[in-house]
Amino acid sequence: MNNGSASFHLVATLGGIAVFSGVLLALTYEVTKPMIARNESEALETAVLEVVPGAVERENYRLDEQGLRKLAKDSTEEANVYAGIDEQGERIGFAFSGEARGYADVIRILYGYDPVQKQVIGLQVLSSNETPGLGDKISKDADFQENFVALDASLTHEIVTVKHGEKTEPWQIDGISGATVSSKAVGQALRDSTHTWVPTLSAALEERK
Amino acid sequence: MSEKPFSDIRMETFTQGLWKDNPVFVMMLGLCPTLAVTNSAMNALAMGLATTFVLICSGLLVSLLRNVIPKQVRIASYIIIIATFVTMADYGIKAISLDVYQALGAFIQLIVVNCIILGRAEAYASKETPGKAMINGAGMGFGFTIALLCLGVVREIMGSGTFFGLQVMPDRFQTWSIFVLPPGGFFVLAGWLVLFSWLQERKVRREAV
Repeated sequence: MNNGSASFHLVATLGGIAVFSGVLLALTYEVTKPMIARNESEALETAVLEVVPGAVERENYRLDEQGLRKLAKDSTEEANVYAGIDEQGERIGFAFSGEARGYADVIRILYGYDPVQKQVIGLQVLSSNETPGLGDKISKDADFQENFVALDASLTHEIVTVKHGEKTEPWQIDGISGATVSSKAVGQALRDSTHTWVPTLSAALEERK
Repeated sequence: MSEKPFSDIRMETFTQGLWKDNPVFVMMLGLCPTLAVTNSAMNALAMGLATTFVLICSGLLVSLLRNVIPKQVRIASYIIIIATFVTMADYGIKAISLDVYQALGAFIQLIVVNCIILGRAEAYASKETPGKAMINGAGMGFGFTIALLCLGVVREIMGSGTFFGLQVMPDRFQTWSIFVLPPGGFFVLAGWLVLFSWLQERKVRREAV
């Protein structure tokens, strides 16, 4: 075998394997794509229904300076807020997402907001990488979750995380001892996110009246 | 090498990876995922099965192509083949369960550089018939899965009081968070290694008598 055909053989082998692997990956991607999309939408659905208590259905909305627009189920436009609809078909609350830096990585949350009471009515941690047994209590601890049943979000006062057992006001979050950084991060995420969304939503709802 | 290239498939082909050459407890390979993803039994099982899938598929393909791939580019070819199957496993897990996918994180992609797989491709599949390579890969994969489960089950019971997510310890049980944290992985691995080497030594001593 001379040099030319030897190197051709090398290139052909690698090329052949790469083409084969490309075909295999494209097939897998096509097969799993709808399943992955369905999983993601189900996870979002569960999360929205969880943070808006009493809701049985989810609606997608786009909220910006132009107002609040309902998106069709198959709309290509990306939704940034969701609404929980109860059995009577009433829109009982909105779900917003928020994020802040935690102890290990960015913590992403989804929370329910009641525009009538101006309160946070439920919260779920969508993704976090907090220390198991300590920081990850923010998604499991029942006492901590109690904070978000009726948390004042009228923005007359900042939402703030206080030390465990020192909560006295409706806009304060009772922190978890041993998970100070993580519970503060949840407070930060809520504070930032309500500052962005609550005034925009109020303005949009006002305009409709 | 004592292996004859065209000998029949024997029980030993499969059981080699389960006990005699168990990838974790005997060969000490793949310790990074072993320590990192065994904080719950479910994660351990998912990681083990994903690795088994990659071992079987890459074993088959490497063995089929063993006379085609030139020596100079064999490692590059193996890596492309392995990476292809890892990406397929990655999509597959995402399509089956988002929760498991998020728990395993980057460790699924890192199966590509798991030395158990490249080791099998280089030391076994590239020299043996496709049938033997697949069965040996399956044995190694199951051996790896069993080892991960050994760690995962102990760590989950001690650290969270649950077994595959089901509460098994009484409510009074104070969970030992250290078991689900990184140091716990080292402790439990060391414990199992002590147990297995003690069993091995006892067996050798008995045979000597």
